[in-house]
Amino acid sequence: MTPPTTAAVQPVHPQDHLLRTDRIPHIWCSGCGIGIVFGALMAAVMKSGTPLDDVAVVSGIGCTGRMAGYIKLDSFHTTHGRAIPFATGLKLARPQGKVVVASGDGDLLAIGGNHFIHAARRNMDLTIICVNNFNYGMTGGQLAPSTPFGAKTTTTPLGSPDEPFNFCALAAACGATYVARWTALHVRRLTNAITEAMNKKGFSFVEVIAPCPTAFGRRNKIRRALDLLRFYYDRSVVKNQLDPGEATIDFDHSLAVGKFLDIERPTFLDHYEMVNRGEVEAWPATGVDASAAGKRKAG
Amino acid sequence: MSKAVLTGTHFMNGDEACCEGALAAGCRFFAGYPITPATEVAECMSRRLPQVGGVFIQMEDEIASMAAILGGSWGGVKSMTSTSGPGFSLMMENIGLGVCTETPCVVCNVQRAGPSTGLPTLVGQGDMMQARWGSHGVYEIIAVAPSSPQEMFDFTIKAFNLSERFRVPVMIMADEVVGHMNERVVIPSPEAIHLVERAKPSVPPEQYLPYQAGPEGVPFMANYGDGYHMHVTGLTHDERGYPVMEVWAQEQMTQRIVGKIKNNLEHILDYDLVCMDDAEVAVVAYGISARSARGAVLAAREQGIKVGLVKLNVAWPFPEDFIRDLSGRVKAMIMPEINLGQMVLELERLSQGRCPVSLVSHPGGGIITPGRILAAVRESLKEAA
Ligand code: SF4
Repeated sequence: MTPPTTAAVQPVHPQDHLLRTDRIPHIWCSGCGIGIVFGALMAAVMKSGTPLDDVAVVSGIGCTGRMAGYIKLDSFHTTHGRAIPFATGLKLARPQGKVVVASGDGDLLAIGGNHFIHAARRNMDLTIICVNNFNYGMTGGQLAPSTPFGAKTTTTPLGSPDEPFNFCALAAACGATYVARWTALHVRRLTNAITEAMNKKGFSFVEVIAPCPTAFGRRNKIRRALDLLRFYYDRSVVKNQLDPGEATIDFDHSLAVGKFLDIERPTFLDHYEMVNRGEVEAWPATGVDASAAGKRKAG
Repeated sequence: MSKAVLTGTHFMNGDEACCEGALAAGCRFFAGYPITPATEVAECMSRRLPQVGGVFIQMEDEIASMAAILGGSWGGVKSMTSTSGPGFSLMMENIGLGVCTETPCVVCNVQRAGPSTGLPTLVGQGDMMQARWGSHGVYEIIAVAPSSPQEMFDFTIKAFNLSERFRVPVMIMADEVVGHMNERVVIPSPEAIHLVERAKPSVPPEQYLPYQAGPEGVPFMANYGDGYHMHVTGLTHDERGYPVMEVWAQEQMTQRIVGKIKNNLEHILDYDLVCMDDAEVAVVAYGISARSARGAVLAAREQGIKVGLVKLNVAWPFPEDFIRDLSGRVKAMIMPEINLGQMVLELERLSQGRCPVSLVSHPGGGIITPGRILAAVRESLKEAA
């Protein structure tokens, strides 16, 4: 037996095998919430029991978009907003794969909003993790589709005149089968949600309310990372099963978190295979009575 | 008979021939969006792919279509999309991602007249420079230019082979007339079709450098799921595939992705020479305009005019050395194209005044007739005399 080397006695983090340790230090600011979500994703990958060769992580552009660069799995850092259609191609080419899209709110829901809507509508079997930090961090803190009304960013110096999206409501309305929201301080529940989402067949969506102290907190007078983390956590109210339409992000009254939706629905590939096997009845299912045509006046 | 390769003689249009060529090349994933005059490629794919175990998906736009085929290719499946000008414009950013990440895939552009929405149902050749330069940054691209339904079939296979070999998106720069005309298309037996597959790594994952130059400067490509756990990014990256925000990495990466095309021209360039042996005037043409040019050259020869045709089967990379050399041997070069002067700029650049270069142009909406080319040939000889 060879004697133990110094390297062997170095403590090894249980997630190290999923981390591109040769890329550390990472680019994220101290106090950024993305690191917590990244840790939760690595934990969920292990918990989900998915063979590691089957997992792919796809990101778009932005601070969160760098997650794909640090995870030691097949990982794809794509163009701004296009992580979901890229992931769609990966999934359709390799249906046994588990494809996770991890990106920011601006990437997924502003520039990539159309793809989000349509992937949910098709119930594409993807797991979408959206780190929502209410602004564009990478470019220095501009208005995002999540920026609260009145909040300051570098492109809304007097406060945002825009109404933000409720991403969970949007996902559910478009056809997602799993919808959850947690803050970055709900680490255990967040990890469970990502695990469930990965094991869910269909379009699953996990939103994480995460601090960006550098760009967003600083301009809105919550400069310290821990204060911002606490700010979101303290305002959160766990409301599992809440109608996603009512799961508002209301910083004054209640920031709803929880698992809002968990339903079954055939995926795009389920339907594609059914159609190709001739198992789907011709539309309209009730048939057309040709003799009735034109009898009823429009109006 | 193989369902993927419809061996036999058919009567079909160019768009359908493109679809059949893709299937024969092994394409099993298509993501696209309807657009005239390329819609028939997608329609044909939607019908045919399920028959051969492939997947067709109509995406929400061309941006998504292009992103999806990149993903499909990394999933290990030969992938393709088709479009026309407006969709081609939308695809440009992700074509750049395909170039930077060295993703084999095929983009068919059945060109119509532009700019903007232009003449959706009528022919154009105005996207040729866009094919070469349309995505931002430093790169080289490959584009084939079919001039008949038969070539739509043959060149689609060629496009897939080049994309797999050189790991680059390959454009099929067709046009509305070639896409919509019906002609005889002969599909050979599967054994007679030469196919190229991407070279995969054989080293264990810990030794794998996903962006290290392999044979011909092209890195070995692991697919998603092969166990290599590689990172793929559109950021400037090193041989490990890791982002490196340094000038040396930009230099290394761009020199290699440009070099793998520029250093392998003998395997990529493809042009046919018609009556060129003793030609005093060379007509250089591609796509549907090459059909007109052939007619003009043959008619001129009957009248004893010494003119020949250089038909570009591969438009990009451009056959620079050949044209440079040719310009010293002929009295004039003529380029007919359905735009107001794009590929003719290459002739001007390469001839450097050694011979006059002229353009027979059309703004789009109709083809250039052989008569106009013949007139240009006569004119050029008159001027040279
Ligand atoms: S700018 Fe904001 S989101 Fe980006 S790394 Fe820093 S704290 Fe995180």
